Amino acid sequence: MNQVPDTYGRFGPFGGRYVPETLMNALIELEEAYNRYKDDPDFVAELRYLLKQYAGRPSPLYYAERLTKHLGGAKIYLKREDLNHTGSHKINNALGQALLAKRMGKKKVIAETGAGQHGVATATVAALLGMECKVFMGEEDTKRQKLNVFRMNLLGTEVVPVTSGTRTLKDACNETLRYWVSHVDDTYYILGSVTGPHPYPMMVRDFQRIIGVETKEQILEQEGRLPDAIVAAVGGGSNAMGIFHDFVGDASVRLIGVEAAGRGVDTDKHAATMTKGRPGVFQGSMSYVLQDEGGQVQEAHSISAGLDYPGIGPEHAYLKDTKRAEYVPITDAEALEALQLLSRQEGIIPALESSHAIAQTIKLAPTLPKDAIVVVSLSGRGDKDVEAIMPYVGGDAK
Amino acid sequence: MSLATANKIDAVFAELKAKGETALIPFLTMGDPDLAVSVELVQASEAAGAHMIELGVPYSDPLADGPVIQRASERALTNKISLIDCMGVAAEARRRGVQMPFILFTYFNPALQLGLERFFALLKEHDFSGVIIPDLPIEEDGEVRAIAERTGIHLIPLVAPTSEARVERIASKARGFVYCVSSLGVTGVRSSFHEGIESFLATVRNAASVPICVGFGISSREQAERFSGLCDGVIVGSAIVRQVEEALPQLRSPDEAVRRAGVDAVRSFIAGLKPRSRRS
Repeated sequence: MNQVPDTYGRFGPFGGRYVPETLMNALIELEEAYNRYKDDPDFVAELRYLLKQYAGRPSPLYYAERLTKHLGGAKIYLKREDLNHTGSHKINNALGQALLAKRMGKKKVIAETGAGQHGVATATVAALLGMECKVFMGEEDTKRQKLNVFRMNLLGTEVVPVTSGTRTLKDACNETLRYWVSHVDDTYYILGSVTGPHPYPMMVRDFQRIIGVETKEQILEQEGRLPDAIVAAVGGGSNAMGIFHDFVGDASVRLIGVEAAGRGVDTDKHAATMTKGRPGVFQGSMSYVLQDEGGQVQEAHSISAGLDYPGIGPEHAYLKDTKRAEYVPITDAEALEALQLLSRQEGIIPALESSHAIAQTIKLAPTLPKDAIVVVSLSGRGDKDVEAIMPYVGGDAK
Repeated sequence: MSLATANKIDAVFAELKAKGETALIPFLTMGDPDLAVSVELVQASEAAGAHMIELGVPYSDPLADGPVIQRASERALTNKISLIDCMGVAAEARRRGVQMPFILFTYFNPALQLGLERFFALLKEHDFSGVIIPDLPIEEDGEVRAIAERTGIHLIPLVAPTSEARVERIASKARGFVYCVSSLGVTGVRSSFHEGIESFLATVRNAASVPICVGFGISSREQAERFSGLCDGVIVGSAIVRQVEEALPQLRSPDEAVRRAGVDAVRSFIAGLKPRSRRS
């Protein structure tokens, strides 16, 4: 299967570059700069050094023995992206793009954020490289993720609350793009997922694919064979694309993306883009979109701010339509239950986003034989969510 | 080219050129605050001296627009205004005697979801002469352009001060006119324009075989006149939509006379934007 987007940034019919003309040259420049540096030995060496010595890679592939026994089926491995510096996989991409921005001579960076994980990662690399940073965050999310707002402020970043539209990730993305249109001459936009106009879906995937490359090496070392399935949560889809990509050519490995079903896919409160959406153009690319009859983009709902998004990266749309990957919904309630189970079984509090992948694994593992292997992308740690979930799970310890 | 020469937009520009005048092209968000008022505002625009008009389709994610048009879109969407409703405004305005060419301004997704063939058939049926799709750059517009050419609807492209080497490619394919974005940024009122605006417009002028118009940020007669010597038309959006916003209490009134007063306020604002003739 050909994984490289074509020169127009197309993954089959998906992807492309649907943006105002003002941004077109900036995107072309970005694509040229990325192509110039991605295999440049100095760039590769600097990124590799920072990923190792600063971010703490490689992240462990951990055999979750107690969870495995509890579920009584396939062996479950957790790819511990939660152990990276800043607490999620987002640092992989933020480091890559910030180094690129530096080489392009940009001293100002901007980013959108939902849960705040990408915002924190961007604020972190901006501090590291001495860049001025602004992060756009939906006003609703600044309340849900107060801790991350404070972390970004500590790192010297200005957090701009977005009050337009839904006041969540979707409109934070719109506002970041609008700001970029006005400041395109001196500002670099560090987009956080495999979404948006070309070259972002390809570039972010490339910076995240290290997750899957390491996973493959580690599972071969520990088990001597490839896993039977890989499970990852999907909002925009960067951790999923990152862990899937190196396995796309391995037909025996099932790739399972887990999207947020909120209060249920039969309600109007969900973010199940693949299950309930249809192809359309949204925020710069063609992909599946939650939309009404007339093409107005609908508001998404999820307990997880990072999955609360009505779009999805175009390469996921391509993997779905070519049937290489499958996409399944998990509700808020199932994710909350999974969060608690993993906490008690393994002493690991997962992020609400990653809890969706755990929840799917809870369903999947018991249906598989004991010698089957499932790898779950544990994309982030749950500390940021503890306050937000208190009302749901009862704040007092039993 | 036989279809293109029959296009109303071309006829208006030919007439203005003969008279040495600059086109005034207002923009209105359809359905703000409701469809009936939109029809009256289109009539009022022509009465105020507009030469053609952009009818804006409200959209949930208006990436190219600043806060004023975003708010207008949000207001219209609370009434569930669809692309087809917007076309209905044009049809009703024609029935009431409005003569000027209509240009539909829509983001790509609503047109795509309708189906591109059907979209253009409806534009034709509702007597639109042109369409502007701000999130459809030339790299992505192949299918749209082919249908537009076939149906005789002008696909009006945007060029920006950052377009540089792209200006030639965009302007040479343009139909109707080239929409020149006055400055970096989204739509909205501003006091300063891109510093190289004169040379930018000269570059577009050299590359284009159709008229060139300037938009984004124009809000006064002084600004309109500043550009009138450099281009063939000025587009005024946010400044007018802001007038509509200020007149909302009147425009929403059930009292006919109060509503008329609101429409009149917008009309006189548009009349006040009209650049004086270049020849006089």
